[in-house]
Amino acid sequence: MPHLSTYVALADRSEQTLAESLRAIGEGHANIADVFHMTGTLAKMSDQHREQLAPVVARYGEDDDVDEPERLHAAGLAEARDGEIGLLRDLQDLHVLATLVKTTWTVIAQGAQGLRDRELLDVSQAAMAQTDRQIRWFETRLKAAAPQALIVTPKPAAK
Amino acid sequence: MNDRIADIWGERTPHSKGTVWPARVDLRLDDGVNEADVDRWVQSACVLCSNGCGCDIAVKDGKMIGVRGRASDTVNHGRLGPKGLYGSTPWASSPDRLTRPMVREHGQLVETDWDTAMGRIVEVSKRLLDENGPLTHGFYTSGQLFIEEYYTLGVIGKAGLGTPHMDGNTRLCTATSAASFKESFGADGQPGSYTDIEHCDAIFLYGHNMPETQTVLWARILDRTRGEDPPRIVCVDPRRTPVAEEADRTDGVHLAPRIGTNLALMNGLTRELFVNGWVDDDWVQAHTIGVDDLRSTVESYTPEKVAEICGVDADDVRRAARIFGESDNILSTVLQGFYQSHQATAASVAVHNLHLLRGMIGRPGAGVLQMNGQPTAQNNRECGADGDLPGFRNWGNPQHVQQLADLWNVDPLTIPHWAPPTNAMQLFNYAESGSIELLWVSATNPAVSMPESARIRKILSGPQCFVIVQDLFMTETAELADVVLPAAGWGEKTGTFTNVNRTVHLSEQAVEPPGEARSDLEIFLMYARAMGFTDQDGAALPSWSTPEETFDAWREATRGRPVDYTGLSYDKLRGPSGIPWPVNEQAPTGTDRLYTDFLFPTDTDVCETYGHDLLTGGTVTETEHRAMAPAGRAFLKGADYTPAHELPSEDYPLLYTTGRTVYQFHTRTKTGRSRSLHRAAPDAWVELSTEDAGRLGISEGDVVRVESPRGAIEVKARVGQVMPGAVFAPFHYGSWDLADVAPGDQHRQANELTMTVWDPVSKQPYFKTAACRVTKIADAVGPSPAPTTAASAPAEAAASQVPATAGGDPTSSVLVPTPHYVNDPSQMSEES
Ligand code: SF4
Repeated sequence: MPHLSTYVALADRSEQTLAESLRAIGEGHANIADVFHMTGTLAKMSDQHREQLAPVVARYGEDDDVDEPERLHAAGLAEARDGEIGLLRDLQDLHVLATLVKTTWTVIAQGAQGLRDRELLDVSQAAMAQTDRQIRWFETRLKAAAPQALIVTPKPAAK
Repeated sequence: MNDRIADIWGERTPHSKGTVWPARVDLRLDDGVNEADVDRWVQSACVLCSNGCGCDIAVKDGKMIGVRGRASDTVNHGRLGPKGLYGSTPWASSPDRLTRPMVREHGQLVETDWDTAMGRIVEVSKRLLDENGPLTHGFYTSGQLFIEEYYTLGVIGKAGLGTPHMDGNTRLCTATSAASFKESFGADGQPGSYTDIEHCDAIFLYGHNMPETQTVLWARILDRTRGEDPPRIVCVDPRRTPVAEEADRTDGVHLAPRIGTNLALMNGLTRELFVNGWVDDDWVQAHTIGVDDLRSTVESYTPEKVAEICGVDADDVRRAARIFGESDNILSTVLQGFYQSHQATAASVAVHNLHLLRGMIGRPGAGVLQMNGQPTAQNNRECGADGDLPGFRNWGNPQHVQQLADLWNVDPLTIPHWAPPTNAMQLFNYAESGSIELLWVSATNPAVSMPESARIRKILSGPQCFVIVQDLFMTETAELADVVLPAAGWGEKTGTFTNVNRTVHLSEQAVEPPGEARSDLEIFLMYARAMGFTDQDGAALPSWSTPEETFDAWREATRGRPVDYTGLSYDKLRGPSGIPWPVNEQAPTGTDRLYTDFLFPTDTDVCETYGHDLLTGGTVTETEHRAMAPAGRAFLKGADYTPAHELPSEDYPLLYTTGRTVYQFHTRTKTGRSRSLHRAAPDAWVELSTEDAGRLGISEGDVVRVESPRGAIEVKARVGQVMPGAVFAPFHYGSWDLADVAPGDQHRQANELTMTVWDPVSKQPYFKTAACRVTKIADAVGPSPAPTTAASAPAEAAASQVPATAGGDPTSSVLVPTPHYVNDPSQMSEES
């Protein structure tokens, strides 16, 4: 099952990328308290998915030699952009990353069904539900931030 | 003559279960005045906490000189507590009242006239609207104004300007109460009633030090626990409060969970209901959604696991759960210990879950009271001055927005409804970054009461934002403003407000405001007229001028909504008692408790929110909500416990929590100007457990430095009743009454240490979870100023060295025949 193991590896890697990106964005917007704290909470979700996946990875073996899904691997976000517009763009990028994670789990869940691999099915379905929560938060926060960021030009807050 | 500083709850009037709470009239008048000397008594209700005790204001020679409880009022049956008795009137004639508007000239605030002050506001406001539109405007209001004022402000903000940046300091005290109701029941609205106290077999108080926050309500409970067939008390609090003592006396339980672990405890209690078969399966099946998810969420929270996370005894968890599982009627109350702590909304929703699992709602004795801190916080939520839409309308529901657009005759697009309203914390973020350039603060003191107060002061004093402050006194916040407007206070204006159990009171004007001070309603209307706000037909917006006209307009806004005021009028409110909403054709005398038919306002077209993920605050969409087809069923929602954002570390090994004392209210604007209350709690302190004090070499009265990563305070230590590992500081003490001390230069303001972090759903800041360290800096010269009468009492070992708090001015208490209360279930059964 070379392709399934590739996808398992991809899930592991993209969860890692998402967690790292969440933490980088959180640090970068540390002055926006809810973003700082919530990105940490969401990153822990991704950490947890990787932990749950670990025994499956051990069973299938991690295999990332196959070319095709490799192109799907999204680059992470190393640092946050500045200001309120920057936050909007960062949230959009996180949304894209999380969507990749989610579809990866969707693919794996289908494979797990075919293989009747209950452990993998449980892991992928639980992870998918949590990824939905991450995505929902990105959307909620985007909506809240957008009008102010787009319409009101912020001036630098100099004392 | 009673000293109500020494005797906080007054004498007991014990009575047995199911009988009416006896009436007693409490009274205080200024020195040398007798009841016979009073010129007039003016109907009102107390505004020094959320209890809303009905009272009459004594007026002599055009001055408010005392108060008397109204025996006929359903809320307090004539009683008043220390704050109401001693704190209601003295502030009004204080020589330091603001009497003229002020504007900043060359860095200094100077007195001016109304035209100049308002002219300056309008000039800035119009310029900003031209340049960048309404999102440049923010309003930060209070839990202390009247319905008429909130509603007017709401209409100005939503229909006149069209800004979503509107919140109240209710965000700091009761946002979680509202949020938890919306998540469980679909809309805000207190399900229970104070009359539940007379009928219950157990009372659970969650993070609610009621003996100090709502003294008259606690007196009502004491009259049951000291009478026949008393209810058992279960107390969840990290301090050994008087509630905890009552728990011991009634064979209940005191659970003192580690700060920041409330949700783990709640999950443990919930699990016990499931595993012991205490769930009413048929009721749950018929009237709720989500039981399976909840069961699996709490499955792993065994008493042992809870014991480990929370630092409580596993058997105490079992005992508390058994009391909940086996009592016939249970009342639960919740306050800041839950609202201002980690995972606030989830923990408060868990209280609802327990009640729903047992079908313990909607009948006398079986209720939930999610308390409020401030007297009129409820109205801020109802009227939409906290950013929500008036009448518990859903900003995500286009029909609800259209209803308001029709009512106000404006384009629905004017009404900001594209996203959740801006919460207080975000409001200050925008003011900090300069995208809110006009911030209007009314009747609140964020420079002392917000977390990380040094940061807030910097925002308010910076040039990036034009700040207007409207208040009774030159508060720490007013000192930083660009324009200061003198406001009339309680008794100096007419208006209505609603207490925590939905009871609406009329508070009539008793005296003239000092100097040129004006009511908040007049000030808001003055601004609206000067700005020339109009509706689609060019008529003035808002269209009303007097308080009564405003009330009538508000009444229309509630038509068809759960918060139904349509059966109320000023005339009706001039009757013997406050009246609990809904009041309408079906319930002309008001409604004692909600959900007696087990029908909740969760229908997709009715609800105030489609709900949130309790962990992240992510919003549920309309489509998802519809798919669940709630149709009047309540939601059971659970969440996993996660550790608090700031945990003790090597550098900051203790947990820091803030709170209040029985003798003060907020930043002491009123209570600090009462001789009796000031003497009883004159200055800040910090409480440590005997264990921690011993380890740190600290004795009673030593001066200590308490430091967090954000700031420090230096105050005297009380070796007291707080749990080991925790440090408690009262938040009331700023700088206004310290001579020659600028805000920020004093060393006693508890919020210097707290952090900017808030609940993802209710957006209420977590004042009760921060890490700190404590070091001794000087030896004691006497005991700390902490009162001895309640939770701040000294530990037993130190008790003999500390004189008891006493010395309040004389008051009187007279037992009177108990009148008939229209909605009281104990009197209904007498009649039948
Ligand atoms: S309990 Fe509250 S409302 Fe009643 S008298 Fe005391 S402070 Fe006032």
